[in-house]
Amino acid sequence: MTTSTTSTTGTNAVADLDERRSGTSTPRFLLGKIGGALASLVLVVVLGFLLFRMIPGDPVATMTRDRPTSPQQLADLRERLGVDKPLWQQFVDYFGGLLRGDLGESYSFSRPVATMIGERLWPTILLVGTATVLAVILGLWLGVRAAWRRNSAFDRVQTGIALTLWSVPQFWLGLILLIATQGLFPSRGMRSADAPEHFFGQALDIAWHLTLPCLTLLAVIYAQYMLVMRSSLLEEMGAEYLTTARAKGLRDDLVRRRHAVPNALLPTVTLVFLQFGMVVSGTVTVEAVFSWPGLGQLTYQALRGPDLPLLQGVFIVLAGSVIVMNLLAEVLYRVLDPRVRAT
Amino acid sequence: MPVAFAQPAQAQSDNSGVLRVALVQEIDHLNPFTASFASSTMVGRFAWEFLTLPSAEDATPTGGIAESWEPSPDGLTWTFKIRPGMKWSDDQPITAADAAFTFNRIMDDEKAAEANGSYVENFESVTAPDESTLVIKIKERQASMTALDVPIVPEHIWSGIEDMADPRTDSVEVVGVGSGPFLITEYRPNELVRLKANPGYWRGKSKVEELQFLKFDNSEAAVNALRNGEVDFVNRLTQAQFDTLKNTDDVETNQANGRRYRELLMNPGAQNIERQPIGDGHPALRDVRVRKAIAKAIDPQVLVDRVLGGYGELPGGLVPPIYDNFHYTPADDVKYTFDPDAAKRELDAAGYREGPGGIRVGPDGRKLEFRLTARSSEDYGQRATDYIAGWLKDVGIGVKKNLVSDNEVDETTSSGHYDLALSGWGTNPDPDYILAKQTCASLPASSGSSSSNAFFCDEEYDRLYAQQAAETDEAKRGEYARQAQARYYDQVPSLVLDYDNALEAYRSDRFTNFQRQPVEDGQIMEQTGYWGFYNAEPVAGGGDSGGGLSAGAWVGIGAGALVIVAGAATVLLRRRASTEDRE
Repeated sequence: MTTSTTSTTGTNAVADLDERRSGTSTPRFLLGKIGGALASLVLVVVLGFLLFRMIPGDPVATMTRDRPTSPQQLADLRERLGVDKPLWQQFVDYFGGLLRGDLGESYSFSRPVATMIGERLWPTILLVGTATVLAVILGLWLGVRAAWRRNSAFDRVQTGIALTLWSVPQFWLGLILLIATQGLFPSRGMRSADAPEHFFGQALDIAWHLTLPCLTLLAVIYAQYMLVMRSSLLEEMGAEYLTTARAKGLRDDLVRRRHAVPNALLPTVTLVFLQFGMVVSGTVTVEAVFSWPGLGQLTYQALRGPDLPLLQGVFIVLAGSVIVMNLLAEVLYRVLDPRVRAT
Repeated sequence: MPVAFAQPAQAQSDNSGVLRVALVQEIDHLNPFTASFASSTMVGRFAWEFLTLPSAEDATPTGGIAESWEPSPDGLTWTFKIRPGMKWSDDQPITAADAAFTFNRIMDDEKAAEANGSYVENFESVTAPDESTLVIKIKERQASMTALDVPIVPEHIWSGIEDMADPRTDSVEVVGVGSGPFLITEYRPNELVRLKANPGYWRGKSKVEELQFLKFDNSEAAVNALRNGEVDFVNRLTQAQFDTLKNTDDVETNQANGRRYRELLMNPGAQNIERQPIGDGHPALRDVRVRKAIAKAIDPQVLVDRVLGGYGELPGGLVPPIYDNFHYTPADDVKYTFDPDAAKRELDAAGYREGPGGIRVGPDGRKLEFRLTARSSEDYGQRATDYIAGWLKDVGIGVKKNLVSDNEVDETTSSGHYDLALSGWGTNPDPDYILAKQTCASLPASSGSSSSNAFFCDEEYDRLYAQQAAETDEAKRGEYARQAQARYYDQVPSLVLDYDNALEAYRSDRFTNFQRQPVEDGQIMEQTGYWGFYNAEPVAGGGDSGGGLSAGAWVGIGAGALVIVAGAATVLLRRRASTEDRE
């Protein structure tokens, strides 16, 4: 949807963007974007509903697998879950529920899906949020350094490390970290069974549990920020205004921080938002390795069912987070870059 | 600050009576009326005593809440005497009324029947004429009356619950009142279930003070946690994990005879309960000679040795050897032994001649080529299909491997859209359920609703099944059950391939005396009872948990490092700011 914004670092692309958006007032722009986001969301709901109906497997049969169940029980269960109704009826029921904010009830846990997702949202946000903040700081800092000293040993080593980590499967990296740290950090969960009662102790306990999953996620996602920062700064470095700045006699250090970096930051900032949406759905593997009680784990559980209402709920939340972040990225880009705003 | 750091560390090292168990499966409910996942029913077994339960020694029925039991001469009325003096954990007496309430609720309330409804299907009425007598009247004779796997709950707590699907039924306030060896004291969904030893438990308080079930999504992480001493018990290990743990200090492994069998389904002509054909199975498999030929072309010894790494037992009937009073071992003269030549002769006799490419062709001109469906998620599925395809090709049967998701395997097999498929089931000490699945009555009402996916329907088998189901004499019942299995074995709608071992490991430096069920070579966790953990004992002065520094110490170090980094950053920023100002 907004992928164009990330690639608009070239002057031509920016010019294109200006031309397309010229004449759009801010409220109209906002309305258009929000409308687009809502339309995407509806599409996600419809697609999600249809896609998950195509997954093979009868949820009732899977739920009752391996335990004594009579045909009467199976029929009762089908009726209770509403899977005996025709597909269109199921969709109408589902969509109606959604409009009332009701995501349905999980088949296997018979609890409201919205509650289950709510419980899992904050552990995921904590994990993804911490990792993203650290990855942005690390990525930008290393990216700036690497670009400024292009082709130096530092640049080559850092780029190499970043590329390697970026291509490493998260699952594998997590397990390696787990085994390599030899029990210095907990293998599972977000809290100890016997964490202290008071707030400070609990916070420390959670921080201790957060270390490895956060490190795994950080190692994989910082690379993108670094590489984008590096390349966009390299582009800026060829610009004439930097030569002017240097000609004024400004110190190299200042030229970089005051002039080059702020301009090069633009694509990176939007990337951060776009990525945040992706990372939420990408934590499935990290959460599975460390049994982190977040959305990723819930997705995994839902898929194994298949627990259709849960799966649909998670799908909407994950897709929704990407859509919202996209929207924010677009709005933010307009705020940050005067060239986009000027009409 | 130091006080805060010390606390988690202290909690970790002082818990010699705390047995921490890695749980790789989710908990769906604690409410025993709706709990269906294996892990949830296991927790229920600790919290609520059963009427009767399988003994630790040999899984034969032993007393629980009922002290003794007696069927009427016609076998249709069962009278259970309730053990005197038993109490719920809130000090209320346990009476026959509690048991009657539990069964009646399951019989009357559809939602309450979700997990255990099948046990009361044959019940006519359940009454409690007095405090110590429970009378169950049944419609037809049923031998499995001493194997009712239904936790008995306190009436004074559960009678107040209108809706069995209410989330409140999973809260500690409701599920915390129990009668078993442990009581549920804390539940954090997807994180932990904590149980404390029940001081008033009728067999005596367990030496394990506390049981913690800690949720792991990843079995590798669970194994790692066992090594580090974060948990004391891990089950459902893979062969590779088991082999590594065998050589780990302070860790003891248990290779137990399992409760599951694996089988090769051979679609014998899937049909629904009205005997109309369903699915699209290869017609050649309707011929028992073809199915026998397949059975003779397969070498189970190789599957056990190579695919299960030796962690399995050779096949016989549907009931695994762990329940030897019902297990069937075929005699030498009827046993299918690996004999490709015999398989070829059988196929020749059935009229399947060798055709182009070495694949046989039937009298109708159709090639003898089967789809072999298996789970792609399982190592077993991937490797066993290779062997089976090879063996069948040697006798002139073509095989197309079809490795798919678990759900797709379920769907294709239950709707009859398969030729050959790898499947498997867990069994209970009472063989009724597993044998009933193969009767004509278990054929699906509609396509895809089957509870049996072998689609077996045979008068002779049904007759033998009914005999064992009605027989209350244990020895005679065993004989009928074996005869039924022999009939099944002879007709091979599916071929049992092996019985997996259950692979478990525990910290022997922390706990000892885990009781196996059955005593010789059974499993410790996921028993049909609570013996394994109930009888465990902490090792005196038993090991500190975890290697390296304690949790608190590391939190301290981490926090310290953070402070240093933050401090350094502040200093650096200030210095920079000041230089900039100067410029």
